[in-house]
Amino acid sequence: MLKIFNTDLHIHTCLSPCGDLDMTPKRIINTAKSKKLDIIGICDHNSAENVLISKKIGKTFEITVIGGIEITTSEEVHLLALFDNDDDLLKLQELVYENLPGVNDENAFGLQLVVNENDEIVRHNQRLLIGATKLTIEKCVEAIHSLNGIAIASHIDREGFGIIGQLGFIPEGLELDAVEISPNITKDKLTVKKFPVITGSDAHFLADIGKTWTQFSLKEPVVKEIKKALLKTTLKI
Amino acid sequence: MKLKEIVEKLNLEVKSAPEMLDKEVTGGYVSDLLSDVMANAREGNIWVTLQIHQNIVAVASLKEIRGIILVNNRQPDEDTLQKAIHEKIPILVSKLSTFELVGKLYQLPITS
Repeated sequence: MLKIFNTDLHIHTCLSPCGDLDMTPKRIINTAKSKKLDIIGICDHNSAENVLISKKIGKTFEITVIGGIEITTSEEVHLLALFDNDDDLLKLQELVYENLPGVNDENAFGLQLVVNENDEIVRHNQRLLIGATKLTIEKCVEAIHSLNGIAIASHIDREGFGIIGQLGFIPEGLELDAVEISPNITKDKLTVKKFPVITGSDAHFLADIGKTWTQFSLKEPVVKEIKKALLKTTLKI
Repeated sequence: MKLKEIVEKLNLEVKSAPEMLDKEVTGGYVSDLLSDVMANAREGNIWVTLQIHQNIVAVASLKEIRGIILVNNRQPDEDTLQKAIHEKIPILVSKLSTFELVGKLYQLPITS
């Protein structure tokens, strides 16, 4: 029996240097509830350190939180990686960390806050999360799939960090599970027809959560089911 | 050479931080990959790029870059502009392509 789930898979927390400090997991989840979202994806830049706490809070508020990372590839393309299993997600985070040089400069780029369920700061992440990893996009997609995740190219309509803006086109043979468009355009404006299209808010501020979302028909709110739905591509935007 | 002089000679449109045009430019860097700019640009450089998103301002501020020249008449995003005003980073717009602009920079001469 399939159910409809309103899904915004692309939300940043206060761990992302460009994320607003109000973007604590608790506030994000409250806002997502008020926007009538059923599933949210937490995807910070090159890190998943606020995911587990977000999942925990999500359970209390009866909203499904999917854990992910928005990787910056070596070509400076943004790529969403989403997982059901926390161990798989943390393995990917480890791979990203091994390939992410540099130290954050809080004045230049912003604070990177890991928080607890009471919105208190646990620590400042010191890595250069705004930076690019040394992993090519092909390598990233391969790693995500080897860990049972799905790989979605972020905001492909946007020049900055979108795959088409950075590379000119989507490389032949790249096995993306979907492409994401930003709230700025609608699906009919797209020239890419090869991949299933989703839309996500890429929210860095509370007000942007659920600015746009994708309706999935799923048996249950998990990545495995989303993958099936993407293959059917009966998505509404 | 002062940034102001470069603006006048190359007919650049000043989008932000006009109060910073008295600064001395000691060299230049051209790249559209931010990680590359972070690794290789030097303090005092003028940076030529076509990227218009707000991360360019953060990188320029971190590397103490004197100003950013956007080529092909590309306009900065609104949030880029706000950040540049706040961070006091001059964003300058040229109608020329990167190739032509750098040629003219060399003739000024900005050659290192």
